Amino acid sequence: MEKQLIINNSRVYFSGEKNILEVIRKHNIELPTFCYHSELSAYGSCRLCMVEVDGRGILPACSTPPENGMRIKTNNEEIREMRKIIVELLLANHDKDCTTCRKSETCQLQSLSRKLGVDTIRFKNVAKKEEKDLSTHALVRDPGKCVLCGDCVRFCEEIQSIGAIDFANRGPNSQVCPSFAKELDDSECVYCGQCARVCPTGAITPKSEVSYVWKALSDPKKKVVVAIAPAVRAAIGESFGIVGENGTESAGKIATALRSMGFDKVFDISFAADMTIVEEANEFVERLGNDKHMPQFTSCCPAWVKFVEQYYPDMIKNLSSCRSPQGMFGSIAKKIMPQALETPKEDLVVVAIMPCTAKKFEARRPELSKDGIQDIDYVLTTQEFARMIEESGLRFADLNPSAFDMPMGFKTGGGVIFGNSGGVTEAVLRNVIQAKDGIDETEEFSFVRGEDGVREAKVNVGGKELKIAIVYGLKNARKIVRDIKADKSRYDFVEVMACPGGCIGGAGQPVYKDISIRKARTKVLYENDKTLELHKPQDNPYVQKMYEQFLGKPGSREAHELLHSKHSNKKRLQEGPLTIYTPKNEKKLNINVCFGTSCMLKGSQKLLKQILDFVETKDFKDNVGIDASFCFEKCSKGPVVRIGEQTLEKCSIEAAELAIMEEIKKIQK
Amino acid sequence: MEANYSKFNRVCQIIEENGFDKSKLIPILQAVQNEYRYLPEEILAFIASSLNISPARVYGVATFFAHFTLKPKGKYIIKVCDGTACHVKKSRGLIDAVKNKLGLKDGEHTTKDMLFTLETVSCLGACGLAPVLLMNEEVHGQVTPDKVVKLIDAVIKQEEAR
Repeated sequence: MEKQLIINNSRVYFSGEKNILEVIRKHNIELPTFCYHSELSAYGSCRLCMVEVDGRGILPACSTPPENGMRIKTNNEEIREMRKIIVELLLANHDKDCTTCRKSETCQLQSLSRKLGVDTIRFKNVAKKEEKDLSTHALVRDPGKCVLCGDCVRFCEEIQSIGAIDFANRGPNSQVCPSFAKELDDSECVYCGQCARVCPTGAITPKSEVSYVWKALSDPKKKVVVAIAPAVRAAIGESFGIVGENGTESAGKIATALRSMGFDKVFDISFAADMTIVEEANEFVERLGNDKHMPQFTSCCPAWVKFVEQYYPDMIKNLSSCRSPQGMFGSIAKKIMPQALETPKEDLVVVAIMPCTAKKFEARRPELSKDGIQDIDYVLTTQEFARMIEESGLRFADLNPSAFDMPMGFKTGGGVIFGNSGGVTEAVLRNVIQAKDGIDETEEFSFVRGEDGVREAKVNVGGKELKIAIVYGLKNARKIVRDIKADKSRYDFVEVMACPGGCIGGAGQPVYKDISIRKARTKVLYENDKTLELHKPQDNPYVQKMYEQFLGKPGSREAHELLHSKHSNKKRLQEGPLTIYTPKNEKKLNINVCFGTSCMLKGSQKLLKQILDFVETKDFKDNVGIDASFCFEKCSKGPVVRIGEQTLEKCSIEAAELAIMEEIKKIQK
Repeated sequence: MEANYSKFNRVCQIIEENGFDKSKLIPILQAVQNEYRYLPEEILAFIASSLNISPARVYGVATFFAHFTLKPKGKYIIKVCDGTACHVKKSRGLIDAVKNKLGLKDGEHTTKDMLFTLETVSCLGACGLAPVLLMNEEVHGQVTPDKVVKLIDAVIKQEEAR
């Protein structure tokens, strides 16, 4: 029998809903919330979703499961007054610089206070001026705007399994911050920016580079070229009230808007995505052939790349060495555009418009610079681009579409679907597997699509069955990596995007609250693919021309120089080292034992004791210092010990003693 | 010179005794604080990495409870009670006397030689003896500013004798 309950005097049926909040919202009644996100755990801190349940009093709807026969009132005098007080209390402790706040137009605190009819704040203002954290290129933390709902904390922990920020202190001193109240740049943050997306206020926002781009555009000496990522066309319209606008139409309007702002050339990152596929598929076939560094991990998501670099340094070799499309676009633009625009390289400014905050971090990676000049000078998010359109006074909805510039404006459908979770895989398959005649190329591999955070697929290539994993959310990715390391599962190809739904759900996109909007974006890219003439990246005639002109063939030395990059260990923890032994006299030799988790499990504790004992028995003990460090990021080769200038992997006490004696001899000489 | 190692070794032991269990974070922090008299940043990071939780979470727990401290404390901790009864009996005067004696400026709690830390607490449950203070584990009742100064002098003398 179907269960039922009564909401505001009308009968409602329910079945699988987790809580009465979901039942109520399904019934088209909007309950206000700060801390409730259907994708996160129910936290129950904001107390805005209070409802009256007959016989049980006033309860938070988000953490009350529905029961048969419940009688619920969502709105009465008492509840209205409670909600008002909650919002007033928050406002009394809030930096109310709304007119200059980045989040102003999508701020939930603002819209709730309007909806709840808060027209005065009856409490004394206790807001303190707090320093902004401007340490990263991707995000700005503004603690004065924080309402302590914990959405960011839970997203970082529950979906991304990182926990770069958390609650600290207590009572009126409570705050959300990275460990040891350090700056975000010193934390494990991978800059996915989803904290900024779920933040109901302006406490975490993407960092803007708009002013730099305007400055470059108004400098007569500079030539400014720009390219938009696939996902941008799927969402830009939302900033102007259009959801799910046709991709060709919206990309055309974007091109018009960019030209009228004064950009000299308008390109499409989807072109570079086509190129990425050609290189990445070539790399995949090669690896598959010699069974080296399998499975291959995609490397187009900068948050995922940093994740691997800092948590799984021993799996870095599994990452594809291909640059992301942004990286490829940057290096090619910096190579060919100075000549094409007849301008010196120093005066060429390359701008990328991305759905992503981590791309801002990626553009500053030293690997993506040449001779001290960044390949991509500025990265704008879709949000920033929308603001530029507004600043220019353009009516986006009424713009006439125009075409991109050649050669880097031409793309195939394969390069466009790149923005969806599963899109990279699908494009690689279109490249690797010869399509059967008469089959619709846009549908042949559509089985890799889907809305789930973890998907698996099997395909047959030349009689060999390939196993593929497609993942979004870094917690899902962590599970896959752990299973691979533990030999629990075997894959040939693993696609990871950090953001839910892939790049279309990126934190640089217009803020969305309803998952239906994300789904609409996914659909836009798949439909855009259908309307394009070509679907397989390798068929892109301009990509072919690039190879003919100066890249040779995929995987060549030239291709490697421009289209590939290196990934390297990133230190996760900045703390330490810890002094274990301080010499009496001048320290001439330093010994450093790794005490990261992995080395500790491999016996670094015993080793340290043995080294201490050994040093103790020698007469040079007064010149030796011994430290413990938290990770040399060589976990697969633990325990690791540094003795003077030597780094000993898989170190035994015998090896350590030998190295100590060698180093001492050197010093005594 | 072995002190650092033995402390650190003890931390490793504490974590092992608690079976690398993240749900035992609080007992681990308590035991570690007993060793160091405070929670050093590097040790917290080490605990986080050993228990496979984020350093931000460990920092959150360590800053939530008043019992934990991230700043090194003195060898002697003077806890002056400022609860209602002691307050009425002029505990403020005691606090000022200690501050003067130890040369602590506003916002400072620990002397530079790391010998003393001054803390105020809300109630020690010995209201009949108000005003009350604790010198480490030792309770002193009906304290006057003069008595406090003598008490501190005695500790300094004892330490100098070592």
